[in-house]
Amino acid sequence: MNLHEYQGKSILESYGVAIQRGVVVDNVEEAVAKAKELSASTGTEWFVVKAQIHAGGRGKGTVEETGSHGVVLAKGIDKVEETVKGILGGHLETAQTNGVGKKVNKVLIAEDVYYPGESEPSEFYMSVLLDRANERNAIIYSTEGGMDIEAVAENTPHLIFKEEIDPRVGLQGFQARKIAFNLGLSGQAFKEMTKFVFSLYAAYEGADSSMFEINPVLKTSDNKIIAVDAKVTLDDNALYRHKAYAAMRDKTEEDPMEVEADEAGLNYVNLDGNVGCMVNGAGLAMATMDIIKLSGGNPANFLDVGGTADAERVEKAFRLILQDKNVEAILVNIFGGIVRCDRVAQGIVDAYKNMGEIPVPIIVRLQGTNAVEAKALIDASGLNVHSAVLLQEAADLVKSVLS
Amino acid sequence: MSVLVNKNSKVIVQGFTGSEGTFHASQMIEFGTNVVGGVTPGKGGQSHLDRPVFNSVAEAVEKTGADVSIIFVPPAFAADAIMEAANAGIKVIIAITEGIPVKDMIIAKEYISQYDTTLIGPNCPGVITADGAKVGIMPGFIFKKGKIGIVSKSGTLTYEAADQVVKAGMGITTAIGIGGDPIIGTTTKEAVQLLMADDETEGIVMIGEIGGNLEAQAAEWIKEHGTKPVVGFIAGVTAPAGRTMGHAGAIVGGEDDTAEAKKRILRACGVHVVDSPAEIGKKMAEVLGVTA
Repeated sequence: MNLHEYQGKSILESYGVAIQRGVVVDNVEEAVAKAKELSASTGTEWFVVKAQIHAGGRGKGTVEETGSHGVVLAKGIDKVEETVKGILGGHLETAQTNGVGKKVNKVLIAEDVYYPGESEPSEFYMSVLLDRANERNAIIYSTEGGMDIEAVAENTPHLIFKEEIDPRVGLQGFQARKIAFNLGLSGQAFKEMTKFVFSLYAAYEGADSSMFEINPVLKTSDNKIIAVDAKVTLDDNALYRHKAYAAMRDKTEEDPMEVEADEAGLNYVNLDGNVGCMVNGAGLAMATMDIIKLSGGNPANFLDVGGTADAERVEKAFRLILQDKNVEAILVNIFGGIVRCDRVAQGIVDAYKNMGEIPVPIIVRLQGTNAVEAKALIDASGLNVHSAVLLQEAADLVKSVLS
Repeated sequence: MSVLVNKNSKVIVQGFTGSEGTFHASQMIEFGTNVVGGVTPGKGGQSHLDRPVFNSVAEAVEKTGADVSIIFVPPAFAADAIMEAANAGIKVIIAITEGIPVKDMIIAKEYISQYDTTLIGPNCPGVITADGAKVGIMPGFIFKKGKIGIVSKSGTLTYEAADQVVKAGMGITTAIGIGGDPIIGTTTKEAVQLLMADDETEGIVMIGEIGGNLEAQAAEWIKEHGTKPVVGFIAGVTAPAGRTMGHAGAIVGGEDDTAEAKKRILRACGVHVVDSPAEIGKKMAEVLGVTA
């Protein structure tokens, strides 16, 4: 599950990580009053207004309605209202939003932290994540903060460092010191950074995260180390023990069809092809998408119906797939093991009859337990359903209905 | 021979009396697996499916001599169940449970590394040796005895591959479902190594998917040490980047874990890669010169 910046920062703060402070608003009316409250505690009247959407590249992104960027500096309390108006409620398109603007329902009004002082501010990159190859957590960090880390990895890989965490003992002091040294810090900033690393790692572990990316980590002109941004992904499988974090889920950031599928207990991912599919098992579902492509179509979705493909679930899945107007055909691919194919076939026939007319051809491939009985049942139903037993037959049928 | 499990394996079921445990334990018994008992803390002393129930794995091992355990314990308690099995001396631990938090699995995998034990899974369909033992949730009748070993991250796709191999006239030795989670006990490479060392296995089907680098690791090993033909399929050519496709581990993070990149690596290492999942059995028959 992905979090908004302000939510990630609230978790960081609860673990003692120093953050760029801010207030969240969802309406313009509150913005100025909240900004005033913020400046009373921070002492600065310069603010950064940041769109809260689940996508990176906000600073360079553009709000479709106003032309404003997604992250804007407001140099004074009198500029707050106008700045918020330029972002809130608009649709922000960034390099990561796949060509469509994302609705901005909330903005974070944060303190400006790039104030002048005894030293130059400097930006670093730091993330904690699961290193799958080594099966342990790792802290990735770089002196090149505030920019696209993929580009840094591409152009200057020697400026990216990795520190692996031994699960038996956790993060050790020498590791935190090594990170601070490698980032070129000394004196007060060095001490602050080791503390920052420990708190960040504690937050990552404590929240059962899959990723905590802080870009940039800022050394301020008065040698504080703070998190200016936070991109956080939590482990869905661990949400049961973090009720407060589970409640942070923002369904408006998700595809409405995927939310609907999730509520029906279907594992569904919306894609932009022309052939819908319904499959039991994640691996077979991906393989089915691939065979659609090989047959000259493009998959319209990923859909794993799981172990119980009864009439109710099949109908729900059909209705979901048919909401997508690009769908020209549906391929059902079920490998019956424990679940009997004739039961699934009956489910398909019942769902079809219940829905009346289905406007696209349906190809049903049932293999495994009672596959022959299942094919007979489909063939005798008189419905516009093509049946197959072998996977290759199903692929050929997809090809023929598309041509 | 066969690998991991056979008709002499003494199998216990952790989470024996729950609905999943009960259903699949009875299916395994029907297949002919030597299920010697089960564990449900607090229900020790009772009898279930005509087998004894124990309070702990240690007690089950002491009383029955069990050497294999299959785990159906709910996700919140499954990592603990894996560690308990290793600590009690179980040699092959097969964890079916889906949805174990990654943090728990990092600790469990580290903990069991000090024991002489092999973990399969979690989030897997289990292991089946044709005519020997089914320690898993797969439909046993598909896996007719033969000479091909299967290693796979996926459940139903394993059944699909086994069905094709059997229909192409070759049959199965052992099929190992290694699981679809980011952290799993036995990797693709380790499972391939087991089958390469097995006298009965003449060819190996290796089924992977997007995410991680397990298939590439296995392919590098096959290139150096492989002695039998390997047919490979990687699911998810059409999967979009950054999205989790059902399995928690099936997510494209970068260039190297896409299906296309993995297939390239596999081909360069001498694996017979098929683009279509419908051609797994056909390809294996062709490579081995078998006519159905």
